[in-house]
Amino acid sequence: MNVFKILEAKENSKLFLLGNEAAVRGALESGVSVVSTYPGTPSSEIGNVFSKIAKAAHVYFEFSANEKVAVEVSAAAAASGLRSFAFMKHVGLNVAADSFMSVAYLGVNAGMVILTADDPSMYSSQNEQDNRIYARLANVPLIEPSSPQEVKEFMKYAFDISEQFHLPILFRTTTRVSHMRGVVETGKLVPPKEKGFFKKEPNKYVPVPQNSRRMHKELMEKMNKLAPLISESPLNKVFDFGNEIGVITSGGAFNYVMDVVKEYSLPVKILKLGFSHPFPEKLVLDFLGEVQKVVVVEEVEPIMEKEVLAIVGKYGLNNKIYGKLSGTMPRIYEYTPDIVKNGLFNTLGRKIEAKEILKPESAIPSRPPVLCPGCPHRATYYAVKDAIKELGLKDVIFPSDIGCYTLGIQKPYETADFLLSMGASIGTACGFAHATNQKVVAFIGDSTFFHAGLSALANAVHNEAKAVIVIMDNRTTAMTGRQPSLSEPVNGMGGEAPELSISDIAKAFGVKFVETVDPYNLHKTKEVFKRALQYDGLAVVITKHPCALITDAEKRKRNFWITFRINQDKCTRCMVCITDFACPSFFVAEDGSVHIDPLICDGCGVCTQVCPYNAIEVRR
Amino acid sequence: MSVYKIHLTGVGGQGTIKMSTIIGEAAIKRGLNVVMSEVHGMAQRGGVVTTDLKIGDAHSPLIENGDADLVIGFEPAETLRSLPKVSEKTFVITNSARIVPFTVGLGLSEYPPVEQIISELKAKVKHLFVINAEELANKAGNIMSLNMVLLGAATAIPHFPIGKDEIIQAMKENLPPKTIEVNLKAFELGFKEVSG
Ligand SMILES: Cc1ncc(C[n+]2csc(CCOP(=O)(O)OP(=O)(O)O)c2C)c(N)n1
Ligand code: SF4
Ligand code: SF4
Repeated sequence: MNVFKILEAKENSKLFLLGNEAAVRGALESGVSVVSTYPGTPSSEIGNVFSKIAKAAHVYFEFSANEKVAVEVSAAAAASGLRSFAFMKHVGLNVAADSFMSVAYLGVNAGMVILTADDPSMYSSQNEQDNRIYARLANVPLIEPSSPQEVKEFMKYAFDISEQFHLPILFRTTTRVSHMRGVVETGKLVPPKEKGFFKKEPNKYVPVPQNSRRMHKELMEKMNKLAPLISESPLNKVFDFGNEIGVITSGGAFNYVMDVVKEYSLPVKILKLGFSHPFPEKLVLDFLGEVQKVVVVEEVEPIMEKEVLAIVGKYGLNNKIYGKLSGTMPRIYEYTPDIVKNGLFNTLGRKIEAKEILKPESAIPSRPPVLCPGCPHRATYYAVKDAIKELGLKDVIFPSDIGCYTLGIQKPYETADFLLSMGASIGTACGFAHATNQKVVAFIGDSTFFHAGLSALANAVHNEAKAVIVIMDNRTTAMTGRQPSLSEPVNGMGGEAPELSISDIAKAFGVKFVETVDPYNLHKTKEVFKRALQYDGLAVVITKHPCALITDAEKRKRNFWITFRINQDKCTRCMVCITDFACPSFFVAEDGSVHIDPLICDGCGVCTQVCPYNAIEVRR
Repeated sequence: MSVYKIHLTGVGGQGTIKMSTIIGEAAIKRGLNVVMSEVHGMAQRGGVVTTDLKIGDAHSPLIENGDADLVIGFEPAETLRSLPKVSEKTFVITNSARIVPFTVGLGLSEYPPVEQIISELKAKVKHLFVINAEELANKAGNIMSLNMVLLGAATAIPHFPIGKDEIIQAMKENLPPKTIEVNLKAFELGFKEVSG
């Protein structure tokens, strides 16, 4: 789909939109003026769309250095009377949490929505934290849509509530909502305000203790005023299919409940909570009066289940509540229709007929994601391993970070030993350097370096960590879909921007060993690594070469594409190209001969430096 | 109308998501409700990409085991991996041209002969169509039109709930104008494979 449709579609059109695309349309129909993010799956497409259409929509959009900055940019806009929208993946809110907590205290002057895209079952994340807890922690309202249409509609509602109560709204999706496509009926676009005005009121905006004590009280007052209205909110609905049991559900889990209840005609009354914090006590109390047994169906933590149990306790009710705590529903991972079916059937006391499931018998090859053909990270890893081998070093520790290069965990590279969160490669390198006598080589991408690596590098210099920090500058944020990083001369709206030099930064921080090298030159890169590994102090090596997907796009434009082949007369079948370099273009034919698949080969030519017999040559 | 459930599976870069989106937009043109789920994983290239589509009165896009009406496999081993979605009622279309993952070269996993995969599918799937989509795409003029070969095949499957006209209209709206001719040719070649 042409993403401009999201902006250009007239009122009452029907579009087939991703939840993330619907969020963009929802924000545009709310008159949003300022939008900020740091990319992260499953929220990334929201930013990809904004970066294409922001200019035409007269919206200010930026890819911020990290999520904390993104929330700060949006908070300042909202304080200046402009509607603002910040969005991120779930772990991004950890990074933003410090400022997020304060925005709740300060409040807003125009609507502000913070979208968190959670990732149950961890399709692209290091954990499956449930960010609905953040709404409780910060004491802000929480809205949970179930479908693309709801993402768009609820977004408008969220902006209105935010403005009415001067509170930021936490808007929670999950992978299955963000990456679900569905029919979305468009509404009217509301033109954004161009500029706001910030009226100085330090007592309102500066949370020094004497102010923050008052602010916390005011926050509680706002939430208390809002609480009774949630029971009347149009976002909370009852679907009545019977009275045998009740189900309380929200977000993506609601979809499974509806499909199961309809398919098996179950006599179930469903309470769907689209506005779930403050918890609608009166609504739930009424619901508990109508159904004795209630299953709570939610992903991932038993949050609403505990809220319901609290109501049962507070009012001394005798309802039976089922969910994760009762063992009726699984405690971790995302739900599926079958999981929900099990939970409902068990509570209803119905038997599930076992279905026969076909299973493959032949071996199926595993197909994990791999570094692309032509990926500069592969060359970097090959050169590092080669340098370490030549120097005869043992037990080198590789703290790693988050990005495509984390795939270094795979064979044959095995260059990822320890990973906490973005930017942590440098922080943990400092720790390993002081805690052990082992050599430490940390890997971090350019986007991750600007996200959370800068202060860690300052720490490494000041606290004199002896380590090699490899900054893999592939000129982009590749993993999440190639959004511009701060080391690229483009901004989020496609305009020109100052390019930050990682090498100058490292030097300015006081690093004495700073070298930049093109990893496609394996020999030179290996030599640089050998020197860095022997250097007695902190060494920074910047391996700089664009992501292969960037160079592919350029080659396509210029219509210039070469590929490589293996000269079978020279090939000795030593297999080094496969076992040590492992470009996915290589394959072994049934007769044992080695080949390069011309459909996969990117033409980078790096493998020609790996083959000891010079058997790899340009295909003619 | 009851819900029609389509499961697509392939390898990153083969165009599974594009094909699913075209089916979805065509369903809207026919006035049907549609939901779809895409799995955007780690660095896409080379990994498994699956999408589920439900056309009709459905809320969740996920298809349970044994529940698909149509399975479209862009790669034979991936079709086999999706076998749990198949039951008596399911129509299966599979490409017969394989893509060998790097794990095989490294000796970390094995790829059985294609004939073995196809014969296992034949033994277990009641309604099976085996198509060399790679060859047909090349015949149409570009290997990149492989997904449109399979789309053509799908459109010809009995009970497929959307008409050829709507699919072609959605193709025209979703593919670069320069490639339409080749893609339409690929579509027709695939269509004929199934309709005979
Ligand atoms: C706090 C947080 N925000 C966002 C992400 C999503 N994310 C994963 S990797 C990555 C950045 C990768 O960029 P870079 O470091 O340049 O490495 P590349 O993928 O380009 O190799 C991002 C934003 C995350 N995992 N954690
Ligand atoms: S997307 Fe770019 S950085 Fe990521 S694996 Fe592919 S070539 Fe490497
Ligand atoms: S030139 Fe060699 S290393 Fe580069 S993509 Fe082709 S086969 Fe792989």
